[in-house]
Amino acid sequence: MKAAVIRFPGSNCDQDCHHVLKNEFGLDTEYVWHKEESVEQFDLIVLPGGFSYGDYLRCGAIARFSPVMRSVAAEAGRGKLVLGICNGFQILCEARLLPGALIRNNSLHFVCEYVQARLENMETAFTHSEVAKSDGKLLTARTGLLLRMPIAHGEGNYRADEETLRDLNRYKQIILRYSDARGAITDEANPNGSSENIAGITNRAGNVFGLMPHPERACDPLLGSEDGKLIFQSAIESAMKKTKSSGPIGKRN
Amino acid sequence: MKDAPAITPELIAKHGITPDEYERIRSILGREPNFTELGIFSVMWSEHCSYKNSKPELRKFPTTGPGVLVKAGEENAGVIDIGDGWAIAFKMESHNHPSAIEPFQGAATGVGGIIRDIFTMGARPVFSLNSLRFGPISGAENGAKQEAILHNRRLFAGVVSGIAHYGNCIGIPTIGGEIYFDESYEGNPLVNVFCLGVLRHEEIARGGAVGVGNPVFYVGAETGRDGLAGAAFASRDLTEESKQDRPAVQVGDPFREKLLLEACLELLASGAVAGIQDMGAAGLTCSTCETASRAGTGVEIDLEKVPKREPGMTPYEIMLSESQERMLIIVTKGKEQPVRDIFEKWDLPYAEVGVVKDDGMMRVRVGAEVVAEIPAHKLAEDAPIYKREATPRPAPEPLGPLPEADPLKALLALLAHPSIASKNWVYRQYDHMVRAGTCALPGSDAAVFLVREANKILAATSDCNAIYCALDPREGARIAVAEAARNLACSGARPLAVTDNLNFGNPYKPENFWQLRECVEGLAEACREFNTPVTGGNVSLYNQSPAGAVDPTPTVGMVGLIENASHITTQAFKGAGDAILLLGEPGSELGGSHYVKVIHGRKAGTPPRLDYRKEKAVQEAVRSLIRMGFVKSAHDCSEGGLAVALAECCISGDEMVGADIDLTAFGPGPADELLFNESQSRIIISVRRENASAALSLAEWQGVPAHRLGFTGGEQLRIKSGERQWPWPVKDLRENWWGAIRGWMEES
Repeated sequence: MKAAVIRFPGSNCDQDCHHVLKNEFGLDTEYVWHKEESVEQFDLIVLPGGFSYGDYLRCGAIARFSPVMRSVAAEAGRGKLVLGICNGFQILCEARLLPGALIRNNSLHFVCEYVQARLENMETAFTHSEVAKSDGKLLTARTGLLLRMPIAHGEGNYRADEETLRDLNRYKQIILRYSDARGAITDEANPNGSSENIAGITNRAGNVFGLMPHPERACDPLLGSEDGKLIFQSAIESAMKKTKSSGPIGKRN
Repeated sequence: MKDAPAITPELIAKHGITPDEYERIRSILGREPNFTELGIFSVMWSEHCSYKNSKPELRKFPTTGPGVLVKAGEENAGVIDIGDGWAIAFKMESHNHPSAIEPFQGAATGVGGIIRDIFTMGARPVFSLNSLRFGPISGAENGAKQEAILHNRRLFAGVVSGIAHYGNCIGIPTIGGEIYFDESYEGNPLVNVFCLGVLRHEEIARGGAVGVGNPVFYVGAETGRDGLAGAAFASRDLTEESKQDRPAVQVGDPFREKLLLEACLELLASGAVAGIQDMGAAGLTCSTCETASRAGTGVEIDLEKVPKREPGMTPYEIMLSESQERMLIIVTKGKEQPVRDIFEKWDLPYAEVGVVKDDGMMRVRVGAEVVAEIPAHKLAEDAPIYKREATPRPAPEPLGPLPEADPLKALLALLAHPSIASKNWVYRQYDHMVRAGTCALPGSDAAVFLVREANKILAATSDCNAIYCALDPREGARIAVAEAARNLACSGARPLAVTDNLNFGNPYKPENFWQLRECVEGLAEACREFNTPVTGGNVSLYNQSPAGAVDPTPTVGMVGLIENASHITTQAFKGAGDAILLLGEPGSELGGSHYVKVIHGRKAGTPPRLDYRKEKAVQEAVRSLIRMGFVKSAHDCSEGGLAVALAECCISGDEMVGADIDLTAFGPGPADELLFNESQSRIIISVRRENASAALSLAEWQGVPAHRLGFTGGEQLRIKSGERQWPWPVKDLRENWWGAIRGWMEES
């Protein structure tokens, strides 16, 4: 069981993702340079946040042409788990591995803050599991669960045409929506103007997940939240099932 | 050289070189300089590069200490030991002048420059702070005043988005700092940026051109015509005509710098590097002569080999360009291949442009033709040193009796003043959580960051109350250091070291120079008292607009270490039912206070006096109480005094918490004195009710007067004193404080 963190020129959350997978989850994790041709040997592929190619032209628009992306698309097509966070989500949209697009925040400002993301579907490969927090309490996936995670982006305003939005709803591909502290989906709780407060979606097959919040920044009680662990734990368990490889997964201590 | 202008007295004067300095240049060269050489001397001998007016003052700083691994002035940034073989490199630098005329790029390239200073030392930059000063952005006056306010808002918005643009893209969190608004910065904002990096002791990189015969590589962005002679530009007063100097402002590309950062750290790890220096102020000129000077060698470069952005650039332009994202690397001979491999991997330009020589000369060629030839050490180190005349300013206007003001309204007005109001409009635009180490969100007394590589928790703050410095520069500077140390103490940290950014007016004016000298001596004395050596920093003079000099602003950046994660403490009250204690005395000094400035519109009176013994005792006491696990929140009293500090404790957390406060024991003094005095050495803590007595005795045992103020809880902040009562709904306090800056900035 191996995880890859893709490094595009300009990725800047690569080290954070690598740290969480390797040190918090004890997973065999490698950086993969964007010029590599293959990610075939990995079971979980993470596209981290950052400003790939400086976000020049359009976020993710150049990164999708990186050599590694052909292999990412091929592996996604074979059902492998692909997780795109922030800029990674933008790249997945540009690469058409996920529908829709992320445009400039409606405030026109970059925004960095904690948000509440409401879990809309607890049966996906990325959001079905259960994980123990450092105080021993269990964080268990359930529809309506609120995950407290930071966002940090200038272009996280999710948009898609009506038909796509209808399909996303119909096939339960909307995984996270921005909500207020009570779980209500309101305009005030929407930090960037996303349609239907969408914070994260999967593809129809459910093996490619993109989200704007940063779960890797929410895996340590010192930083203020451990809610991001649910996503990594679920993804790792699903990837393990798929590869049928065994080996203990757990916090390195 | 073809088409180079003749050297005339006018041309010399235009380069900011005095007749005496020109004579010195002639005697160093033994001949007349050519145009390129004149340009080279003008930037190297500018205040920005040579500190010619401030050097004798800077020598007064304490620069050594047990933890100092690289001293101030030795390299691009100082390096301090943090234990277990780990070290930190940090520094603060200004980009005031560029930001005044082109706020976005001016601020962005300021961030880029300080980050390069840090990774040049071999350190991985892990966080930034910034200390900003602008003219007023609030108020709705008409006419000329309104024009000025709108301009200040544009500068403020531009600087903030410039910092966000660069810092967010490169992936270094901006986690704290300070922002003030005052008339004295109108037309001349201050943009001081701080960066800190982490490294192993054995990874410290040096900026010397060592090893005769070693090849000299240029890496990073191509050289263009931007930022021509920016260092010289920054060493003049800002005037109406300064806008024409816009070509002196550089243009930043954070994406390039991110690649450069990763490539340089990879290269440093490969062991191929003999010396490394960034090209910041004075670009190729400074990096070549300084590396040669440090190593006692010479460097010869060929400008034909320098990667260029545009054709037809003259040697003068290439040598003086301040294009960003460039480094000079001296490579150990025979290890050129790793350089090529790494820079090709990162798709960055690189070129072997020269070689280390043993003749002590900085020699610049274009092909076979020598276009400049200057003894490197003399160029880098022998700038004239001036001892400027200093004339004390008249003593500040005495405070006198103040008209009565309604304390209820005064507190709301203070909280809504942009200098005190929440800076969320700003830090929301900064990625303050990348690198997954931010343990205290912006807005508390100090920024707290977990450096994972080293498993160390650092606290950092930047402080300077420039009103105090304007009224009494020496006392103001002392207080800047004390307040920085106090902020660290409130966060649970022990201070390690200081970097400073001295922002003053034109040093040729004796009153300005007096302020500089007073402040430096105050800083130096206080740094000795707190055992925090100065590891480097920056001097920015000529901060003046046609209206006059800025208030003296010696910004102090201080870094401390938190021994244990359980010691991390923030300022906000943590729920109802806790006891609120004041460590320190009630105080009564209103001179120089924000209350007097904001409510009565005056900068007057004698600022508070600092007593080192009391200050050190209160800091030691709060640290002990934190270590013993008593302290749930700690916040120092600064601008706005006790009332503002209490309000901030109520409203700056995730959830608002009220408080019931009884100040009857402080006597029947005037309300404004009681609530808003800014006497030093005071910290508000909250502790569990049952720990209050123990905490009080412990503080008193440490020689710190301590008082029960009241309890947390409820929906109001209620302060009473004898028969007098002042209640404020916390919701109102929060609204005034949280939304003020956004309100002004998003006003249509």
